[in-house]
Amino acid sequence: MAGNGLLDRRHFLQGGALAAAAVGAGGAATAETLTKAPWMTAPGTPFEGYGQPSRFEAKVVRIAGNPPNAPGTGASRTPLQALNGMITPNGLHFERSHSGIPDIDPDAHRFLIHGLVKRPLVFTLEALARYPMTSRIAFIECAGNSAVLFAKDPAAATVQGIHGLVSCAEWTGVPLAPLLDEAGVDPKAEWLLAEGADAAAMSRSVPLGKARDDALIALYQNGERIRPANGYPMRLLLPGYQGNMNVKWLRRIKLTEGPTHTKDETSRYSLLQQDGRVAEFKFPMDAKSVITQPSPGLAMKGPGLYEISGLAWSGNGKITRVEVSADGGQSWAPAALAEPVLSKALTRFRLPWRWTGGSAVLQSRATDETGYVQPTRAAQIAARGARGIYHCNLITSWGVAEGGEVKHVYA
Amino acid sequence: MSMRKHRLAVAALLATLGVAHAADTPNLGQPISPHEFAAWDISVAPDGAGLPAGSGTAKQGAPVYAEKCAACHGEKGAGQPNDRLVGGIGTLAGDQAPVRTVGSFWPYATTLFDYVRRAMPWQQPQSLSDSEVYAVAAYILNLNGIIGDADVLDATTLPKVKMPNRDNFFIVYPGNLK
Ligand code: HEC
Repeated sequence: MAGNGLLDRRHFLQGGALAAAAVGAGGAATAETLTKAPWMTAPGTPFEGYGQPSRFEAKVVRIAGNPPNAPGTGASRTPLQALNGMITPNGLHFERSHSGIPDIDPDAHRFLIHGLVKRPLVFTLEALARYPMTSRIAFIECAGNSAVLFAKDPAAATVQGIHGLVSCAEWTGVPLAPLLDEAGVDPKAEWLLAEGADAAAMSRSVPLGKARDDALIALYQNGERIRPANGYPMRLLLPGYQGNMNVKWLRRIKLTEGPTHTKDETSRYSLLQQDGRVAEFKFPMDAKSVITQPSPGLAMKGPGLYEISGLAWSGNGKITRVEVSADGGQSWAPAALAEPVLSKALTRFRLPWRWTGGSAVLQSRATDETGYVQPTRAAQIAARGARGIYHCNLITSWGVAEGGEVKHVYA
Repeated sequence: MSMRKHRLAVAALLATLGVAHAADTPNLGQPISPHEFAAWDISVAPDGAGLPAGSGTAKQGAPVYAEKCAACHGEKGAGQPNDRLVGGIGTLAGDQAPVRTVGSFWPYATTLFDYVRRAMPWQQPQSLSDSEVYAVAAYILNLNGIIGDADVLDATTLPKVKMPNRDNFFIVYPGNLK
C-alpha cells in the first residue's frame, strides 16, 4: 500500500465509504436549515437559440498569452482545474494560432490536393460533406505544453497555466486516405505539406504513412461544426502528433518526395539538445499525466476523504496504467481509469485519498500500451537537456502544505 | 449475365474510362490544372523547388527591412518587440542560454524565403513582391554574416546558401526520441 493516506482505487465502491462516513459523522457540523429558494418562486428564463454556461461559471475561461503588438499570435489555455471527465467543451478548447483566427466563409473555402499526384483535385466543403465520415475522440496537445517544467524554479501557476495546452474532443470528418487515392498518389511521394488558410498560411510536413494511417479532415468538433479558433470549416487531425501539425483552416495538401522544412518545423517545434544538435520531426506526444484536482489554486478544505483526479494521455496509444504518489514518488498506488479508455484520447483517472492535514507531494505517472512510462523530471532532463522547450512530458509535483495550500514544486 | 460477369464488365468499363479506384468513393473533387492553383502553390523546398523568378541583394533589402520589418524585429534584426533575427551563432551547445535566430538556428535558407513570403510583414502578409522577398532575405542573411552585401539571391543561388547550423539538424522520424 502506498503511503501518506492513499487508498485502494476501489475504496469508494467497497465498504470503505460507509466506514469513513461513520467515522466522519461525529466531526461534521450540523447543516443549515433548508428554506424556499428564490428560483423556485417564479418561472425561469425562456429558451435560447444557442445555450451558454450558467452565469455562475463566468470564471471558467481560457487564459491567453500573446505579444502586445501581435494579438492572435500566441495561445490560450484550457482551465483543466475546473473541468471533469475526458471531453473539453468547445468554447474552452485550447487555441494556438500564428496570425489570428481567420473569418472563413465556408462556401468560398476550397481544399486542394496536388503535387505528386496523377490529377490535382479541388474540393468544396459541400462536396467533402458528402463523403463517408468517421468519428474519433482524440486529444490535441501543443508541443510547447508544460515547457515551464524545464525551468530552474517551480512555476507560480495553476494547472491551466502549466498544462493548459491540451484538450480533447470528438472529431468527425472525412478520412484523408480515400481523397489521396482519388487524386492518385505518385509512388515517389513520401511526405505531404499541409497548409492553412490563415494569414500565416501556417504549414507543416506530414509523412504519407501517417496521412494514410489515421489522418482525418475534421469538419465537426463535439457534434457541431468546428469552432473558428479550432480550424473552421476544416482542420487536419493527426491523432497523437504534436498539435501544430493538426493544421487548422486546411486549404492545401501538396504531395512531395521529402519534407519541406517549414519555419514551424525548423525554427519551432524542433528540439535543441544539450550538445547543440537539433532533433527535427519528433512527432508523437509521449505518455503524460497530471493531477487536476487538487492542484494549485484548489486548496484542501480540512482533513478528510478526498478524490484525487486527473488526466492521462499518450500519442502512441492507450493509457494502460496511472499511478499516484502522495509522498513525492517514494510509493505509488494504481488509480482507477474511467471508461472509455481510448487510444490517443484523454483518460480520466481517480484515486481516493485520506488527507490527514499534513504536508504531501502529489504526483501521477502514466504508462501506455507500448510499455512507455512517463519519466521523472531528472530523467527527462538527463536524457534531453532542459532547453528543448517542446515535448515536455515529465512528472508534475504538487506540494500540499499543512493547512491545505497546493503549489507547484520540484520533488 | 451472371453477377460475376456483370461485375467484371463494370470493372472493365471503369478501367476504360480511366477511373480505376481501389475503393468506391464519391469522387466529388474537381480536376484543376497547375496554372489555376499557381497563386496557392507558395511553398519552397530546400532544393529550391517552388522558388519564383526575381532577385535581390542585401543592399536592396535594407530599405525594405527598415520600412516593413524593423518596427517589430528591431533595427538590423536585433529583435523586440518580436523575434530576434540576427546573431547567436555559437550559442547553441553547452550550458549558456541558446540564442535561436535565423542565423544561428535555421537549417535552410529556402525556409526564410518561404516564410517571409507567406507570413510577413505580420499585418500584411503576401504583400511583398518576389524580388522584395529575395532582397529582404538577402539583408537578413547578410546581417548574420552568411552572404556578402552584393550577393544576388534568386531561384538558383538561394538553395546553395549553406546555413551555419545545417549539419546540427537530424531527423527523428520514423523513430522517436527518448
Ligand atoms: C507587426 C509586427 C511584425 C512585422 C512588421 C514583421 N514581423 Fe516578422 N514576426 C512577427 C511575429 C509576431 C512573428 C512570430 C510569428 C509566429 O509566432 O509564428 C514573426 C516572425 C518572423 C520570423 C521568424 C522568426 C523565427 O526565428 O522563428 C521572421 C524570419 C520574420 N518574422 C521576418 C520578418 C520580415 C522579413 C518582416 C518584414 C518584411 C517582418 N518579419 C515584419 C511580427 C512582425
